[in-house]
Amino acid sequence: MPLTNDIVQSRLTEKFGDVLTGWEAPYGMLTFSAPRELNLKVLNFLFDESDLAYRFLTDVTAVHYPDRAGEELCVVYHLHNLVENHRIRFKVYAPVDQPDVYTASGLFSSANWMERETYDFFGVNFVGHPNLKRVLNVDEMDYFPLRKEFPLEDQTRIDKDDEMFGRG
Amino acid sequence: MSDHNNIKLPEGSIGKTTTTLNLGPTHPATHGVFQNILELDGERIVKAEATVGYIHRAFEKIAERRPLYQITTLTDRLNYCSAPINNMGWHLTVEKMLGVKTPKRVDYLRVIVMELARITDHLICTSIVGVDAGAFTGFLYVMQYRELVYEIYEEICGARLTTNMGRVGGFERNFSAAVWEKLEKFLKEYPKAQRELEALLVRNRIFYERTRGTGAISAERALNYGFTGPNLRATGVDYDVRVHEPYSSYEDFNFQIPVGTTGDNHDRFMVRTEEIWQSLSIIEQAYQKIQSFKGAEADVYHADVPEYYLPAKDDVYTKMEALIWHFKIVMGETDIPPAEVYQAVEGGNGELGYYLISDGGRSPYRLHFRRPCFIYYQAYEEIVRGSMLSDAVITMSSLNLIAGEMDA
Repeated sequence: MPLTNDIVQSRLTEKFGDVLTGWEAPYGMLTFSAPRELNLKVLNFLFDESDLAYRFLTDVTAVHYPDRAGEELCVVYHLHNLVENHRIRFKVYAPVDQPDVYTASGLFSSANWMERETYDFFGVNFVGHPNLKRVLNVDEMDYFPLRKEFPLEDQTRIDKDDEMFGRG
Repeated sequence: MSDHNNIKLPEGSIGKTTTTLNLGPTHPATHGVFQNILELDGERIVKAEATVGYIHRAFEKIAERRPLYQITTLTDRLNYCSAPINNMGWHLTVEKMLGVKTPKRVDYLRVIVMELARITDHLICTSIVGVDAGAFTGFLYVMQYRELVYEIYEEICGARLTTNMGRVGGFERNFSAAVWEKLEKFLKEYPKAQRELEALLVRNRIFYERTRGTGAISAERALNYGFTGPNLRATGVDYDVRVHEPYSSYEDFNFQIPVGTTGDNHDRFMVRTEEIWQSLSIIEQAYQKIQSFKGAEADVYHADVPEYYLPAKDDVYTKMEALIWHFKIVMGETDIPPAEVYQAVEGGNGELGYYLISDGGRSPYRLHFRRPCFIYYQAYEEIVRGSMLSDAVITMSSLNLIAGEMDA
């Protein structure tokens, strides 16, 4: 029987009950969220169960929602069952003042750098990560640039010295 | 006393029995801006540490302020060896979000462009592997055929490397007669050169011994490391986005997915070589399909999406609606519907994913690129551990690491 969104949803609710929330399927991809302390349990369950077998981690990233008090940072996992060719999206939310989420790098080697990138840009603290340091930005940076409070340069600024940019 | 008598050496460096070597960030062997800090015992690598980020350009942040059509130029600069694939992938993402259905002819035109890009991407990789094994001539020889492909790009969109090709819904103009002429020339002349490149390297004793068994990774480890594309297929896993989730009408084409067995440098080279032939066959099929369109269908080159597709210039000067759309598009004043969408395409190096979240504003709320290079490069430390330095260099080129794609 091919894997469908309904099967995955019922298998997960059977195991975890009502703690999994936010069930939806935008553009056909099953999406749900779990409390952040359960993220590894859910990922492990999806990995280990032979009928689910989401053993390919496509992507890890985060989104910053400054208006959602207590769950400002959303860590998004895209998982893929390559045999059944079925994708799902899994989210956990963390407060911005204590963004601790367990690392998935023990389960997926690919999570290592993807989590480092997420830390680099959003400051999500992946607890248990073997080498959680910046990967694309310089080590000395003291802010997390993809958070919404970090502004892009004002496009109307006039204090730049054009000569320095070859436009003098 | 001058300073050079008081050189402060790092702790423990006197008694150390291994050598530290910086391979990169600017080193001819890296073919790109990234660094490997190697710990060598003689010529054998004991430990490797990979560092990226030297050309990080914050595309994901910049995209949060741009209207959709201006993001196309950002995608060019990811994998610049196959920029059109990135462009098309972005257009497909937007079209998926908006629910735009493109005409078949547009799909086939896109397939031609994407497969040409795949050939140039693989051509760079296969010929550079040759260079790193000591054969420079082949590389220089096949580059004139990449030049031919770049001329085709030029006829289509006016640019060569960072193409910014196409628009949401299709192409900015129909393919001219010169495009088809050059495409025919390419299809006629290129196979000969490709065969010559293969004659130079395949079953060549030196090349074989340099590549066979070096830089190998098992299928299991490759999957765990998030490998996709030719590097994954070289280990024996037949995952290809074109087949698993066909986009742009790939389901209409008849082609094969070559796989390797050992996942070493040689298999990666062979998989890419065979994919070039499959791409050539796809281009020929697409060309035939396009020639079979008759009447009005034969001139279709874009879908009808007035909100996102720039109207023709003469319409802008004479028609009110066209003028309004033109203004709204150029000024980026079109509201995007709220959406959360993931679209993947088979890039030159693997699954190139676009994760787009919109909150109903005029630019994306969040845009994330899944760059295959960035994800599989982390396996490099594990692959080269215990191998010779010269093998590490050839492994780097056979993985086809593109700095632009790693750093985003």
